[in-house]
Amino acid sequence: MPTLPAENAGALLQGSGRRLSWPSGWQWLTLLIALLVLMPLSVLFLAWLEPAWDIWRHLQQTLLGLLLLNTFKLVVGVSAGTLLLGVGLAWLTGACDFPGRRHFSWTLLLPLAMPTYVLAFVFLALFDFSGPVQTQLRLWFGQGFRLPDMRSAGGVVLVMSLALYPYVYLLTRNAFRTQGKRALEAAQSLGCSPTVGFFRVVLPMARPWIAGGTALVLMEALADFGAVSIFNYDTFTTAIYKAWFGFFSLPAAAQLSSLLVVLVFGLIVMEQQLRKRMRFAQSRLAPQAERIQLHGWHKWGATAACSLVLGIAFVLPTLQLLRWTLEVYHQEFNRRYLDLLGHSLLLGLSAALLIVTVALLIAYCGRRHNDRLTGSLIRVSTLGYALPGTVLAVGIFIPLAGLDNLLIDLARSLFEIEMKPLLQGTIFVMLLAYLIRFMAAGFKPIDSAMHRVTPNIDEASRLMGLRGLRLLWRIHLPMLRGGIFTALTLIFVDVMKEMPITLMTRPFGWDTLAVKIYELTSEGEWERAALPALTLLLSGMIPIVLLMRQTDED
Amino acid sequence: MSNFLGKSIFVLLLFALVLPAVSFADELVIYSARKEHLIQPLVDAYTTETGTKISFVTDKAGPLLQRLKAEGKNTHADLLVTVDAGNLWHAANEGVLQPVSSAVLEKNVPAHLRDPAGNWFGLSERARTIVYSTDRVKSADLSSYAALGEKQWQNRLLLRTSKKVYNQSLVAMLIAQHGEKQTEAIVESWVGNLAAAPFSNDTKVMEAILAGQGDVGIVNTYYFGRLQKKNPGLKLALFWPGAQSGGVHVNVSGAGVTRYAKNPAGAIKFLEWLSSEKAQNLFADANMEYPVNPRVTAHEAVTAWGSFSPSTQNLADAGRLQSDAVMLMDRAGYR
Repeated sequence: MPTLPAENAGALLQGSGRRLSWPSGWQWLTLLIALLVLMPLSVLFLAWLEPAWDIWRHLQQTLLGLLLLNTFKLVVGVSAGTLLLGVGLAWLTGACDFPGRRHFSWTLLLPLAMPTYVLAFVFLALFDFSGPVQTQLRLWFGQGFRLPDMRSAGGVVLVMSLALYPYVYLLTRNAFRTQGKRALEAAQSLGCSPTVGFFRVVLPMARPWIAGGTALVLMEALADFGAVSIFNYDTFTTAIYKAWFGFFSLPAAAQLSSLLVVLVFGLIVMEQQLRKRMRFAQSRLAPQAERIQLHGWHKWGATAACSLVLGIAFVLPTLQLLRWTLEVYHQEFNRRYLDLLGHSLLLGLSAALLIVTVALLIAYCGRRHNDRLTGSLIRVSTLGYALPGTVLAVGIFIPLAGLDNLLIDLARSLFEIEMKPLLQGTIFVMLLAYLIRFMAAGFKPIDSAMHRVTPNIDEASRLMGLRGLRLLWRIHLPMLRGGIFTALTLIFVDVMKEMPITLMTRPFGWDTLAVKIYELTSEGEWERAALPALTLLLSGMIPIVLLMRQTDED
Repeated sequence: MSNFLGKSIFVLLLFALVLPAVSFADELVIYSARKEHLIQPLVDAYTTETGTKISFVTDKAGPLLQRLKAEGKNTHADLLVTVDAGNLWHAANEGVLQPVSSAVLEKNVPAHLRDPAGNWFGLSERARTIVYSTDRVKSADLSSYAALGEKQWQNRLLLRTSKKVYNQSLVAMLIAQHGEKQTEAIVESWVGNLAAAPFSNDTKVMEAILAGQGDVGIVNTYYFGRLQKKNPGLKLALFWPGAQSGGVHVNVSGAGVTRYAKNPAGAIKFLEWLSSEKAQNLFADANMEYPVNPRVTAHEAVTAWGSFSPSTQNLADAGRLQSDAVMLMDRAGYR
C-alpha cells in the first residue's frame, strides 16, 4: 500500500466535494473554534501595540542567545528522544512478537499519566549530587566521584523524553498495528532488506501518526515550565515567565509568547506541506496484521529494552512517590482528597467528551473541505497546545472577564439591575479554556485515524444515501474507534495534569489534585505532594487501561 | 443536528450545577497566593469566632493580579494575599488595592513592613539569611551577604535560582543599600564562588550543603526549620548578618484590600484580626515564620535559632527595585 500521488487523491475528493460550496455548517463550526482559539492569541499579539523594547534590549544583551540555544537543544533532543523511544517501542509491541509483548504493549503507556514536573522532581531527588544514588556511589568510589550533572540539557532532555514518549508511542502504535508484516513483506518482495524496508516503507507509511505524536511532544516541550524550572534550565518559556513575574511586564511576556506561536504555526505548516502530496488510506479493512516473530537475542533484547524504559520512566518514579506517600500519609490525607479526586475526574471526563466531539466534527470538516482556508482554520484551532499554560490562561481570562463586565454594565444601564458575573467562575468557562488548550490532543489522533479511511468509502456511502452527520456517525465512527479512544485518553490525562488554567478559571472550592500538587510544590513541599501526585497517577491509569482493552483484542 | 443540541444541554446542565456556588451574600472573598494549607486554619478560626463566611481561591500572585485587573469593578475579591512584598507593591502600583487607614493595623504592623500609603500590610515576617555547614565552616568566618563573594568562599557557595522572587527582593534591597554598581559587583562575586549551578529551591540548597557539594548558602529560615524538624541532628546552622552590614533581609507575607471590594469593612476587620495577638501565632507558626506584631513572640522552635536585627528599609523598595534587580542578576550571569 505505497503512497498514491496527490492527483489521484484529488480526483477522489473532488467527486465528493464539488457541490459543497463555502461555507457549509462544518466550516462555520471550524471557524467558530478557530475564533475561540484566536481570542487568547489576539490578546497576545495585541500586546505588540506597546512593544516592551527595554526588556527586549535587555534580553538581547544578556540571555537571548543562551535561551535560543537551550530551547533549540531541548526541541532537538526531546524530538530525537521521543521518536527513538516512541517509534521504536511502538514497532516492537505493535508489529513484532516477543516475550512479554502483551504486557508491555499497555504498560509502556503508563508514563503518560505521570506529569512531566513530577518525573523531573523525582529524578532530581534520586540522581542529583545530594540524592541517594550519587551519595552511595561516593561511598563506594570515593568523595571525588561524580555522575554527569543531572541539572543540564542532557538531564532535561532525558526526563522529558521519558515523560513524553507515550504520545508518539500511542499514536504510532495504532499505525503499526494495522500495517504489520504486510508492508515489510511488500518491500521485501521488491528486493529491500528488512532494515531498508523499515526506513523506506514502514516509517513513511506511519508518518501522519508519527508526525502527530511528535507535534504534540514538541508543543508540550516548548510550553513546559514545570520541569525546566525544577532543573533551572533557561528556555524561551522561562524567559516569558521572567518577563512577567520578574519585570512585572505582561506585555513583554505576551510578545515573547506570540513568537512561540508563530514558530509552532510555522512548524505545523511545514510538516503539512511536506506530507501534502501523500495519502495514507488503508487498502483493506482487516485491522489486525500478522506479527513478526523475533528470535534469539533480538527476542530477549526487545524484552530487555521494554523493561528498561518501563522501569526508568514508570516503576522507579512510582516507587519513589509511594515511599514519600507512606512517610506523609498520616499527616496529609483527609476527606478533602476525595473531593479533589472527584473534581479531577469530573473535569477530565467532561473535557475529554467535549473536546473529542468537537475534534471529530472538525477533522471531518477537514476531510470534506480540503481548501486552503479550512486547512488554516484547523491549524489555528490546534495552536493552544503550544502556549505556556499560564500565559494562555490569562489570554483566555481577559476577554471573558471583559465580556462579563460588558454584560453587567449593559444590565445596569438597560434594565437597572445588578447582575453577578455570568461566566467567570463557572465550569463552562473552564471547559471552554480546556477546549482551547487541548484541541490538538483531540484532533491529532482522530485526524490521523481519518487518514486511514479511504475516500472510496465516503463515495460508496454517499451513493447509498448516507451523508453528513449520519455518514460520520454510521460509517466513520466505528472505523475511528482507535483514534477516538486515544484522543479521549490523551485529553483526560492532560486535563488531570493541567495546572495554570485550572488555577485561574476554577470556581471557588473546585480544587483538583493538580491544584493541590501546585500548592504543595510551590512551597517546596515535594514529599507531601507525593500523595496527590500518586493519586493523579493512579486515576490517570484508568483510561489507559480501558483504552488498551478497547483497542487490543489480540 | 442532534449532536449540537446534546452538547449544549450538557454544557447548560453543568452551568446550572455551578451557578449556586457563585452567589455571594455577606461573606468575604479572598484571592490568595498564600497556599490553602497555610490559610485554611486562619479562615476556620475566624469563621468560628465571628461567623463570617470566607471563600478563597489560590493561585500565583501574577495571575491573581491579572484576574483582579480584568474583573475591574465587578470583582468578587475583597482581599488580596501574597507571600512577597514585591508582589504587593506591584498590585498597589497597578491600582487594584485601596489605601486603608486603621489605627489597629498601624499599631500592630511596624512601619517598614507596610505600605506607607496603607495599600498593603505585612502579616508575617520571613527572614532570608545565611546557612552553613557546621562541619566545615566556623561562624566567625561569616559576616554579611556581600562577604559571601570573598575569595574564601570560592567554589563553596550554593544559591537558589535568581528567578525566585525571594532572591530578587534580596538583591533589590542590596541595591537600595549599596547602590546598583556595588551590588552588581557583589552578585558577580557570588556567581564566581558558586560550587554548582543555582538550585530550584532552598531545600535543595541545604541538601547539597549536607552532601558536601558546597559549604554556605542563602535560604529562608522556615525551609531550614522544616528540614530541622525532620532531622533534629542537622549539621547545618543559620548565621545572622549583623546590624552594621545592614541587618538580616526580611520579606513579608501580607495582604491588601482590593480597590473594588464589595465588603471593605469586613476585609479591614479580618486584616486587623490577622495582625492581632491571638491570630499572629496562628498565621506565622503554620509555616515557622515570624509574627510582625512586636508584642507577639515566635514559636519556640523558631526563637531557638537566635535573635537577629532585621533590615529596616521599607519593603516597598523591594517592589520598586525588583526589575532592576532581575536585570542586574541577568547581567552578572546569576541564573
